[in-house]
Order: sequence, then C-alpha cells, then structure tokens
Amino acid sequence: MGKVAFVVGDDVSTDVIYPGRYMATVLPTETPQYAFANDPALNNKLNAKLVPPGSVLVGGKNFGCGSSREQAVSCLKGWELTIVASDISRIFLQNSINLGLNIITAPGVEASEGDEVVVEGAKVVNHTNGKSWDVVPLPPARQAIIDAGGLIAFTRKRMLEAQAKG
Amino acid sequence: MGKTVVEKILARAAGLPAVSAGDVVEPRVDVAMSHENAALVINQFLEIYEGTGIEAHPWDVSKIAIIFDHRVPAESPKTASNQKKIREFVDRHKIARFHDIRGDVGGICHQILPEYGYVRPGQVVVGTDSHTTSHGALGAFSFGIGATEMASVWTLGVALNIEVPTTIKIEVNGEFGPHVGPKDLILHVVGTLTAQGANFRVLEFHGETMRKMSTSGRLAVCNMSVEAGATSGIVPADEETIRYLREEAGVTDPIEPVVPDADAVYERVVTIDVSTLEPQIACPHTVDNVKPISEVAGVKVHQIVIGSCTNGRIDDLEAAADIIRGKKVAQGTRMLVFPASGRVFQEALDRGYVSDFMRAGAVVMNAGCGPCLGVHEGALGDNEVAVSTTNRNFKGRMGNPKSEVYLCSPAVAAASAVAGVLSDPRKGN
Repeated sequence: MGKVAFVVGDDVSTDVIYPGRYMATVLPTETPQYAFANDPALNNKLNAKLVPPGSVLVGGKNFGCGSSREQAVSCLKGWELTIVASDISRIFLQNSINLGLNIITAPGVEASEGDEVVVEGAKVVNHTNGKSWDVVPLPPARQAIIDAGGLIAFTRKRMLEAQAKG
Repeated sequence: MGKTVVEKILARAAGLPAVSAGDVVEPRVDVAMSHENAALVINQFLEIYEGTGIEAHPWDVSKIAIIFDHRVPAESPKTASNQKKIREFVDRHKIARFHDIRGDVGGICHQILPEYGYVRPGQVVVGTDSHTTSHGALGAFSFGIGATEMASVWTLGVALNIEVPTTIKIEVNGEFGPHVGPKDLILHVVGTLTAQGANFRVLEFHGETMRKMSTSGRLAVCNMSVEAGATSGIVPADEETIRYLREEAGVTDPIEPVVPDADAVYERVVTIDVSTLEPQIACPHTVDNVKPISEVAGVKVHQIVIGSCTNGRIDDLEAAADIIRGKKVAQGTRMLVFPASGRVFQEALDRGYVSDFMRAGAVVMNAGCGPCLGVHEGALGDNEVAVSTTNRNFKGRMGNPKSEVYLCSPAVAAASAVAGVLSDPRKGN
C-alpha cells in the first residue's frame, strides 16, 4: 500500500465505477480504461498513467453498492489499486476476493489525496494525519479463496480433486 | 432453537441436519441464471479448465438458465457478438432454458424465471445479477453473484464458502390506501433500513399485508431488497405461492414450501403499518433517499419510464393504464413503457393497455431492461429529470451523470406523465 490517489464519498455504486454502457466489454484486460468513465478527472488520471500500482482508493460507506457486474472490480484490479473503505457492499466484496483485488474494510477511515496509508497488523494507519482504524477481517470462508490465488484457481483445484476421486 | 427460512434452505441444500447464521456451507445450486454477462461467465468457465486436459462441460445444464434482456435487440456489434458467442455455447451444451430475443418467450430474466416455473420454494437460486433477490418472492433463497462465481457454480454445482446470513424480520400489517402498494412499501423499507442497513443479511417478510399480496407485488418487494444491501429478500411460501406456480407458471410437480419456525432467531424485527403510508419516492442519487410524495410533488419531469424487473408486470401496466386512459402525456414530457416479458406484452395487448398508452402519447418498447441501466435506449439529456418505476437512481444510472432519476410506483409515474411534474396519483388530474 502507499499513497492515496483517490478519495471518493459514500454509496459509490458500480454504475459510477464502471458505467453500464461499457458492460459489453468484459475481459479484465480491456475493462481498466473505463474505470470511473463518467468522471473525467478520475478516469483521465488513470489513463494518463499518473497513478502508480499500489496506490490507494479510499471510499466511504457502502462502497461498490448496486449491480453484480464484475467489470467494476476488474477495472480497478487492472490498475493494481488497493481499496480501503468504511464498509463494502456484499457482492462487490465477494467479486474482489474472487478476482484478487486488494480490498480492506476499515470503518471510519479518513484520508486526503496524497496521504500515506498502510496496514500495520490489524489496523489501517494514515501516516499523514496520524490516525488509525481497525480492519474488519474477511469472512474466514473467503480467506481460503485468497490463499488459493483467487476463485479460478480455487475452483480448478476442487474440480481436479473431484475428477481424481472419479 | 428455531430456524429461519434461509437456515432451513441452506441446511437442506448442504446436506446437513441444521445450520445457523455464521456457519459456512456449500449449498447445491438449483437454478444458475445469467443474462448477457454469460459472455464473461463462459470466458471464466473455460479458464478454470485451461491447461487441465479436461473438457469443459457444465455440471448440470438442466439447472442453467440464460436470458437475454440487458441489451435487446443488440445496440452494438460488440453486444451482438457477445450474444452470438453465448448462443453458440447454448447450442454446444444443449441448454434448454435459454430465452433469446423473441416476442413470445423473451423478457427480463427476473420475470422469465417465475413465469416459466423455473424457481420453486426451498431452492437455492444464484444469478449474475444483483436483482436475483427477486426470486425470494417464491420462497427460495436467491442471491446475486459475480461472473467468476457463476463459472465456479457451472463447474462444481455448488456455491462455494457461503456464510449463512443472519435474518431481519420485516412484519408488515395494515391495508394499503388507494394508489399505494408494494413498491411504496419496499421504498419505505429501504429508506428506513438505509442502503447498507441489510448488507450481508436476509430480509424475511411476514404479516397480513404480505399474506394478501400477489406474487407480482412480492417480486417487487424482494427485487428491491438488495437496495438495502440484503443478500436476499424472502417471503415464506404460502397458498398464494402455490396458486401462482400452479395457475400462472403451469407447474404440475410437487411443491414443498419452507417456512420458518415460530421461535426462529432474528437479528431484529421491524414492524410496518402500511395503512398510513403515502406514495414513496426515492430521490436522487441514492435509493435510500426516500421521501413521501407530499414533500417532492411538483418537480418538473422530462421522461417517465414504466417497466423493469421491479414494475413491468401486468398489474403494474394496469395501474398505469387506468390512470392514463383517455388522457395525454404532458407536452415537454415523454413516456416510455417496456413490459417485463413477451407474455406480459401480449396480455397488455389483449387487455388494450398498449392502445391506452399509445393513444396517450407514450412509446411502448420491446420487453427487456430498456432504459433502466443506461446502456441501450432512453438516455437522458443534461439536467433532465426522469421519474421511473425501475430500481436504481445512482448518479449516471440512466446513462447521464448530469441527469436525475426519481423512483416510484407505476401509479405515481402515470400521474406524473399526465401532469408533466412529479404528482400524487391520489389527487387525480
């Protein structure tokens, strides 16, 4: 983790993260160009490659609410962003884990653009404003998917085990 | 200790004697539904098998349903090519529950699943669409997942690592006043719980109002449960569920309702009396920004939208037609109507509603998701306002971040079309 590149507010929906009109674009290699496409300031900053991998996007409450579209996750994963938000909508959180987007729930998290934010133990620490917040651990059942390297790898392993058993 | 509906369904689907909220289970999936995003599901599904030397074949094609609705007919070569790729997959694997772009059997996925009897009480239903919560209206545990998770279901036939959710009981009593109904109820619920108030939880609906409500109304209520963050909404199956499945969906095989125990453990209970409920409006730009019509009436409206998986069924069109019949859509306002399915469209033709709408100046569009998600048609201009019976009003939802969307019932939408401003249908025009 590192520098905060974006601070967005509460209730940032998947319609905002990945607008519906780009939904026919499905491949994770092609979706990043449309991240926050309705917000020229954000989108231009990404496409101009002004946001180094590992940069942080700080969200408020209910981040990723709305549609189940996985493009909203793959478009952020493509830029190798880390998401830290007060709370995260269920489907968005599951999709993030499944695709390996680095995502952290830290209720109350506050930051400004340019702040240095890191995870230290079970806390998110903002070294610029000196504050810290507890990290809500992922559901243990989901950790197994992260440990396997994402849901494709996890499912492949399970499928091969089932095949071996006949 | 008593069990909720979702605990009972997940225990059965996981082959366990009992489960409780917080347990992690792998339920067998009874229905696996996708729409155009099946193009991404196919991509992820093939990737699971890549390099294994094993031929990719779904675990049980009889449980897969694919329905084209989000962009019908295709608006771009890219969408058309995605749809073509899906058709080829459907042909190769002989997927019978496939609903292509057709005037007879086509429609919105959340209308087709109940209409064709694909969903039954007690089932586990997953769909690559957040409004898959709809099917809880038939007493199933039904929730939205992403495309990669669906690819996993196609491979293994189970939903992996599902945490049994806690349940909030919503007890609804009282009789709706004139021009107030299920949409107003669910908007009120979302406004009360807030947009993340039910995140990771299930809403289980009870009370005399729910018992008397038609399956169509229950579908609207469960559909928008996700707008409070809920994993699913559930109305425990009852006589109305059986009536709907037998009489409207043509189901002939046994139906086994799953009902909660009297001493089921709920996270909390919310009671609502609908007898004093006014028509409810979700104001821009969040679905939980809900106000009674009396506080927002008079807002100038440029586009009225009636339809969607929330309110595109025949009773919704009836409510709107009854208000607009013999009147005109106001100058400066345009009105778009899109029935939820080919079957609903046919019925609307037979009952004369389509004529009522067209004579009033409305445009009746083909069945599908229409303008709801801003990908296809019915876009809004800068600073324009839409009043819509759909389910989301997020910034940019209808295609333009410089526009505003108010969500309401079909009655409010129709009354507003005539007046050209957001209007209370109880006041007449």
